Amino acid sequence: MARGLAMLVAVALHAASACAQVDPEVLEAEAARADVVEQASRTAVAIFARGGQGGGSGVVISPDGYALSNFHVTNEAGKAMQCGMADGKLYDAVIVGIDPTGDVALLKLLGRDDFPYAEMADSDRVEVGDWCFTIGNPFLLATDFVPTVAYGIISGVHRYQYPAGTILEYADCLQADAAINPGNSGGPMFDAEGRVIGINGRGSFEKRGRVNVGVGYAISINQIKNFLGHLKSGRVVDHATLGARVYSDTDRRVVVDDILEESDAYRRGLRFGDELLRFGNRDVQTVNAFKNALGIFPKGWRVPMTFRHRDETVDVLVRLRGLHAESELADMLQRPAKVEPPDQPDPKPGEPGPDGQPKRRPTPIPGHPPRGKAAPMPEIVEQHYEAKPGYVNYYFNKLHRDRVWDALVARGDYQGLSGEWTIEGTTAAAGIIKLTIADTSASIGLESGELRIEFEDEMAGQLEPPGSGGLLLSLNMWRRLLTKGPKGFDELIYWGTAPVPGVDGLADVLAGAYHDIECRFYFDPADGQLVLLEMYPEDDVDPCELYFADYGEVQGHMLPGRIEIRHGDLIYQIVDCRRYTFASIDEKE
Amino acid sequence: MSVRDRLNPSWCRFMPVLAAALLGACAIATVTGARAQAADRLTPVIDDVLPKIVKIYGAGGVRGLEPYQSGFVVSADGHILTVWSYVLDTDYITATIDDGRRFEAKLVSFDPRLELAVLKIDAADLSYFDLAASVPADEGTRVLAFSNLFGVATGDEAASVQHGVIAVTTRLDARRGTFETPYHGEVYVMDAMTNNPGAAGGALVNQNGELLGMLGKELRNAQNNLWLNYAVPIGELRSSVEAILEGKTPRAVDVPAEALPDNPADVAWLGLVLVPDVLERTPPFVDEVRSESLAEAADIRPDDLVVYVGDRLIHSCKNLVEELARTERNTEIRLVVMRGQELVEVVVAPNEAAESESE
Repeated sequence: MARGLAMLVAVALHAASACAQVDPEVLEAEAARADVVEQASRTAVAIFARGGQGGGSGVVISPDGYALSNFHVTNEAGKAMQCGMADGKLYDAVIVGIDPTGDVALLKLLGRDDFPYAEMADSDRVEVGDWCFTIGNPFLLATDFVPTVAYGIISGVHRYQYPAGTILEYADCLQADAAINPGNSGGPMFDAEGRVIGINGRGSFEKRGRVNVGVGYAISINQIKNFLGHLKSGRVVDHATLGARVYSDTDRRVVVDDILEESDAYRRGLRFGDELLRFGNRDVQTVNAFKNALGIFPKGWRVPMTFRHRDETVDVLVRLRGLHAESELADMLQRPAKVEPPDQPDPKPGEPGPDGQPKRRPTPIPGHPPRGKAAPMPEIVEQHYEAKPGYVNYYFNKLHRDRVWDALVARGDYQGLSGEWTIEGTTAAAGIIKLTIADTSASIGLESGELRIEFEDEMAGQLEPPGSGGLLLSLNMWRRLLTKGPKGFDELIYWGTAPVPGVDGLADVLAGAYHDIECRFYFDPADGQLVLLEMYPEDDVDPCELYFADYGEVQGHMLPGRIEIRHGDLIYQIVDCRRYTFASIDEKE
Repeated sequence: MSVRDRLNPSWCRFMPVLAAALLGACAIATVTGARAQAADRLTPVIDDVLPKIVKIYGAGGVRGLEPYQSGFVVSADGHILTVWSYVLDTDYITATIDDGRRFEAKLVSFDPRLELAVLKIDAADLSYFDLAASVPADEGTRVLAFSNLFGVATGDEAASVQHGVIAVTTRLDARRGTFETPYHGEVYVMDAMTNNPGAAGGALVNQNGELLGMLGKELRNAQNNLWLNYAVPIGELRSSVEAILEGKTPRAVDVPAEALPDNPADVAWLGLVLVPDVLERTPPFVDEVRSESLAEAADIRPDDLVVYVGDRLIHSCKNLVEELARTERNTEIRLVVMRGQELVEVVVAPNEAAESESE
C-alpha cells in the first residue's frame, strides 16, 4: 500500500509539472469543449414519473419545449411527467406521441416558451471515430437535475439491432463507447459541436449486469426527424414494411423471395426474383442494409426504390405499408407493451441480484411522495391533454391540424366560394378542358364531350373519368377542403409530415375521411400552400393524385395555375388553368 | 516509475483507483502535444485499420458461449491471427473481412500456451498487419480497440471501434479463484471496456494505427467481480505466430499417414474414456479415467483437455485417436493437458506401469 501511495504522489507531481507546459491551442480546445458541454447540458432533461419512481432522460429540441425520449421511458412514466433541467427546476410535461417500434417518444415541457434547446445534426454524416458525448441521468443520480456527461467515440454506424423478443427494433442506429447506463435511456447523444445525433436507447447488457460495457446504441436523429411530424400528431405512429421479403443470394445480391400482391411495391412492378438495388437513396447490398434503409421511415411514406426486373432497371416511388395492424398499435395504449426493462436506479451497479440482474430499488425524488394511486393531473398538463380513443394525446392533433389550416386560410379565405367552380384551361393531350365542381357533383368537358357525375353516399365506386383514379371525386374533395375546412369532413386529422416530389423539406399532411373515401392533403412547409391531394377510394389501390402548382391570386384567393393529375405510374392530364369562375361571385381572370 | 506488479487480489481492488490516477495524469500529459483531442480526427486511422479486421464465426451458440470472435489479417494471402477458443472447435469456421466478403477459414495451427490460433482464408492482396512492424506501448498510450464485440456488426457492417488508454502494463498472473487463464505474460490493461463477448482476438492499435496487441478473452476476477480489459502485446505472440506462418510448428491440419507402429497405443489401453465424439471437431476432453490404468498412474484427471501428444497439437477426439495410433506402446508418451486454465504436462510410462503390475 505504501508503494501505491508513493506512486500516486509521483503521478501527481508529474501531472503538476506537465500542466505548466500546456500548449495554448490545447487550452483553447479544452475550453471550447467545456463550453459545448455546458451549453448542451442545459438542454438535457431528467424525466420522472409523477411521484418519482423510475424515469430516464430526454432532450429539448425546440424553445416551446418539445422534447425527445424513449418510449420505454415514457411508457413507465405516464401521460403527465416531471422533467428536471440543469437550471435546477422541475417542469411539468405531457406526452405528445409515441413510436413504440422505434422506441421514441415525444413529450412537451410546459410553462415556458424559451426553453434551452438542442440543434439536431445530420446523423448520416456521422463517421466511426467521431467524438461524441452523452448527457443524461444514469442511475437517476442527479437529484438536483444537473446531468451526467460521458465522452466517447462513435464505434459503429448503421447498426441493425434485432428486435430481441420485443416490439422494439433498432434499425440504422449509432454505436458509441461513451457510457450509456440505465437512466441514460432517452437522453441525447451529441456530436463534438453539441448537436444531437441520436437518442440513447440501448446498451449491450449481459452477464456483467445492467451497467455500461462500452457498447451503447442511439437511435439516429435522422430517423427521428422522419417521424417527428407523425409524433406531433399525438398518435401511436408505426414503422413500415415494403410488403416484400428479401434474401441475400450467393452473389451478394438482395433478391425478392416473397411479395404481397396488395402491396404498392407489387403495383409498381416488383416481382419475385427481382434484385433490389437502391432503397431510400441508399445502395442495398445486404438484407441488413435494406432493413436499415427501411427502418427509418414511417408507415405511409413514399420512398424512392430502384430494382432490376429481368434485364431492366426500374426507378419508382413506392408507398410503404404499416408494420403493425391498427389494433396492435391501439393495444399499446391500453396496456404496457413488452419493452425493454424500465430504467431503474441500481443501488450497486453491476452487482447481480438473484435472477442475475442487478438489484433494483426505487429512488424517491426529493419532495415527492412515493407513487401510490394516480394523482390528479396538474392543471397545466390538463390544459394540454385530451383523451380520445386511438390517440396518445388528441390535444396535439387538433393543435397541429389548426396550425396547418390557419396557415392556409391566412392566404385567402375560401369559405365564400360556395357556389359552383368552373376552371377553364388547356391540356397538351386533350386541348381545351373545362372542369366544374359543386357540392355534390363535378364534370369534365373536353372537345369530344362532357362527363358529369352526381355523387352518391357510396362514392368509392365513382372513379370517373376512367383511368384517372377518380379525378372528379378528387376535385370535389379539394373544393370541400377549401370551402368547408375541417367541418366538411367526417374527420380531418393532422397525419404528420411526409416528402412530396419536387417540394423541399417535409410537407405537413392532413388526412380527411368523408363517407367511404379518404384523402390526404399535403402542404408546402415553406408557405403553407396545398401542393398535393391524394384520394384513396379504398386500401391497397393507387390513389388519384392532384399536384397543385404555379399558385396565383384569383379574386383575392391563391389558386393553382397548374394541376397535374396522376394515377399509378401514369400522368393522366396536366391542366393549365386559364380561368376560374365562381358561381356566387363575379368572374375575373 | 514503472508499474509492474502482479495482479494479485489486493492489487485488483486497488486497480480502479490506480487506473483513474494514471488516466488523469495521462490526459494532462498528452495535451502537451500540438493538437487537442477535440480537434483530432481518428477517422483516417480507423479507415486504415478496419480493412485488416476480421469477424470470425464458428462453434458455440449456447448460452454464454457466443459463436463468434474477432481476428485480424497478418499476411496478404489471408492468414488471420485470433484467439484459440471453442469457437474454432468446428470444421466450418467462417471469416468475414471488412469489404463484406465471407470466407471459409481453415485452422492452420494454434498455441495453447499463448491462447492464439492462426487461420487461413483463400484470398489474396489483403490489407494486413505486419507483425514485425508492431510496436511496444507504455502506460498512458491512447489506444483504439477493434473487435467483433457482441456480434453487433452483422453482414458487411464494419467491426466496432472503442477508444481508451493503456492504464497499466503488467504481468497477468493467473490464479485459481481470481483470473483463470493459461496465459502468464505481459498484458496491457485498458481503462475502456474493450473485452466484451466476441471481442477476443481483436486488434489494439495506437492512434497512428500501429499494431500493439491482441485483445484477450474475457477474464473476470472471481473474487471481486472485476472484468479485466486487456490485450496481449504482439511482442509476446510474434515468435509463435511467425513459427506457425513459417510452418515450423506442428500444424493442426491432418498429418499425412505414416507407417503405423506394430503395437500402437490407443485410448482404451491408456485407460481413458473421452467425451462422446459427437461434433465435427469434438474437443478431446477426458470423461473418465479407469482405475489402476496408465492414465491414472500418470495423474490424468477427468475434465482434462488433451492439447498435445508429444509435440503434436491435438484439436479433436478423432485427432487424438489418430495420433495415438501412430505411437508405439512401449515408449514413454508425453501429453500436455489443459486442466482448468492451467497447462499441465503428464507422462505415461508404460514400462514402469508394467513393472509395478508385475511386482
